[in-house]
Amino acid sequence: MSRLVGIGLLAGFFGALFGVGGGIVIVPLLVLGLSFEQRRASATSLAAILLASAAGAVTYALHGEVKPGAAAFVGIPAVAGVLVGAALQQRIPVQRLTIGFAVLLTAVGARLLV
Amino acid sequence: MTLALVAIVGLAAGLLAGLFGVGGGILFVPTLVLGLGLTQLHAEASSLLAILPTAFVGTWRQRRYGNVDLRAAAVVGIASILGVEGGVVVAEALPESVLRRLFGVLLIGTAVQIVWRSRRGS
Repeated sequence: MSRLVGIGLLAGFFGALFGVGGGIVIVPLLVLGLSFEQRRASATSLAAILLASAAGAVTYALHGEVKPGAAAFVGIPAVAGVLVGAALQQRIPVQRLTIGFAVLLTAVGARLLV
Repeated sequence: MTLALVAIVGLAAGLLAGLFGVGGGILFVPTLVLGLGLTQLHAEASSLLAILPTAFVGTWRQRRYGNVDLRAAAVVGIASILGVEGGVVVAEALPESVLRRLFGVLLIGTAVQIVWRSRRGS
């Protein structure tokens, strides 16, 4: 129980600091710290992220930092993307995409570092 | 970047997020900064809002498969609220350039984590 609370505190802090869901923190900690099976960890993390991101969005909104129009512009197409991705999952060469995705993240990361 | 292109990148972000199990946020933030010219802080704040529909759909689906540990998720989620307050304070205190660079490091770290995970075959 206390480990779950610790994970929540960490994930909330991390998620709000970076504007992400916090799954990067939650999933490994559930797997390594609480022996969750990978799929259960990912699924549970998603549910936790729903709460954590909502808390983050509300807090930032109260501080006047949220741009709802911009959020809708990426957020709504993304829902379509998730549904398409789920439908295509069997047909997409995920293994091959992994390197490409990693390269993309690295390139964007490097761009932000400059 | 045209608005249409931003929407397409949003779609791609959802696709990749669904496939690789990373939240959309990791892609939303740079899209908002580089594509729509938001400040790093505004992009991060808006990203948290943008994540909600995707997280909802994902959670809904996983619930139906029976994969979600509701109690654990509730504890983590509620505990996160306190963490969120701390995160917001720090993010607002940091200079834009520092926050942006930290995010760049996060992206590279995520890339490494993804490759490492795929090597392990999970």
